Amino acid sequence: MKIAIPADDNNIDSTVCMSFGRTPFFLIYDTETDKAEFLTNSAASSQGGAGIKAAQTVVDAKVSALLTPRCGQNAADVFTAANIAIYKTEGTSLKENITAFKEGRLAILGEIHAGFHGKHGG
Amino acid sequence: MQDFMENMAVKKNIKIAVLSGKGGTGKTLLSVNLAAVASDSIYVDCDVEEPNGHLFFKPEWDMEKPVSVIIPEVNQSICDGCRKCVEFCNFNALAYINNKLKVFEDICHSCGGCFLVCPLNALTKKDKCIGNVFSGNSEGVRVLSGIMNTGEASGIPIIDELLSQCELFEEDRPIFIDCPPGSSCIVMESIKDADFCLLVAEPTIFGRHNFEMVYELVKLFNKPNATVINKSIGGDDPIETFCNEKGIKILDKMPFDAELGTLSSNAEIAVRQNEKYRELFSSLLEKIYGEVSNETAAYTER
Repeated sequence: MKIAIPADDNNIDSTVCMSFGRTPFFLIYDTETDKAEFLTNSAASSQGGAGIKAAQTVVDAKVSALLTPRCGQNAADVFTAANIAIYKTEGTSLKENITAFKEGRLAILGEIHAGFHGKHGG
Repeated sequence: MQDFMENMAVKKNIKIAVLSGKGGTGKTLLSVNLAAVASDSIYVDCDVEEPNGHLFFKPEWDMEKPVSVIIPEVNQSICDGCRKCVEFCNFNALAYINNKLKVFEDICHSCGGCFLVCPLNALTKKDKCIGNVFSGNSEGVRVLSGIMNTGEASGIPIIDELLSQCELFEEDRPIFIDCPPGSSCIVMESIKDADFCLLVAEPTIFGRHNFEMVYELVKLFNKPNATVINKSIGGDDPIETFCNEKGIKILDKMPFDAELGTLSSNAEIAVRQNEKYRELFSSLLEKIYGEVSNETAAYTER
């Protein structure tokens, strides 16, 4: 299956990005073929609604699961509508999270934050 | 005060916007007291996210009006998923998931662009109430105030409604616009029709930083302006230094005054409580009218 992880850099040795909506890259990883692909997150520089746009990118990559440290409400709504499961990352590296996911050690992300929607953004 | 205005050739329905950049410098203190001392005036609270001018004026509201914006509603049977609207929306209020277009109503800024770019007219216009405006009287001052519902994207439509409500009072009264803090689009909306901008600053480094931003804004809008330093304690004053560098006129320095602070904390209007403050704000108002009248004269000469 294909999974997505927000990544600080576009290489497999990168760390997981702490932000979902404004991560610079997404790792799209195929757990069967171990093929890694990096997508640039065009939402990173959005004035507002970054989570929605980032989620659209991830949904369009046709993944079945998202691994992320955090996720806002709007993005979570997109993933719910798309039937994509959200797992909480553990530790800092992409590699250890891929391994942990394959071994079924990651938990479903329970806590969805209300978002940091920029006030006075208009 | 009315005679004074006539002598100074100040137009009677002059719009004076009070703004500050930083919050808590005294916008409401100044605009409330100036409106009260001008008596036959209009006070407009444009800080629709946290309005507080009405706490001082305590008007009895005689008008309440909801403010709505237009947001898109999707007709899923017409939408073919071309995503033109998704790509167009700068606020990312639209997403296309599982062959369905989804609208994030709280993110939508009601720009209307999605209606224009949809080739199939799959979006219909839906009204959404985002807040209310109120109006009432307080000892001769017409008080207008608006409040935005929690979580809405932008207060601009409410500010627009407030300012157009002002136009309904064709009584040639001076209008005092209490602006929101900051220097973003809600402030721009509040000052766009103002004849004069009064900048209120507090003499701190933080105060100066935000003052510079708001000064840049009024320059950009080419607005006649002058500054009042509030809570002045003498000594080194970062605002005064900046004003001197830029040639900004300082109309007044209001001292750091515990009595004035106490009156405000008790939601009292200082000029209605104490003759001393009536004189202070009355003299400030005269200085403002003086500035406006100089501007008018300069404009006529040009």
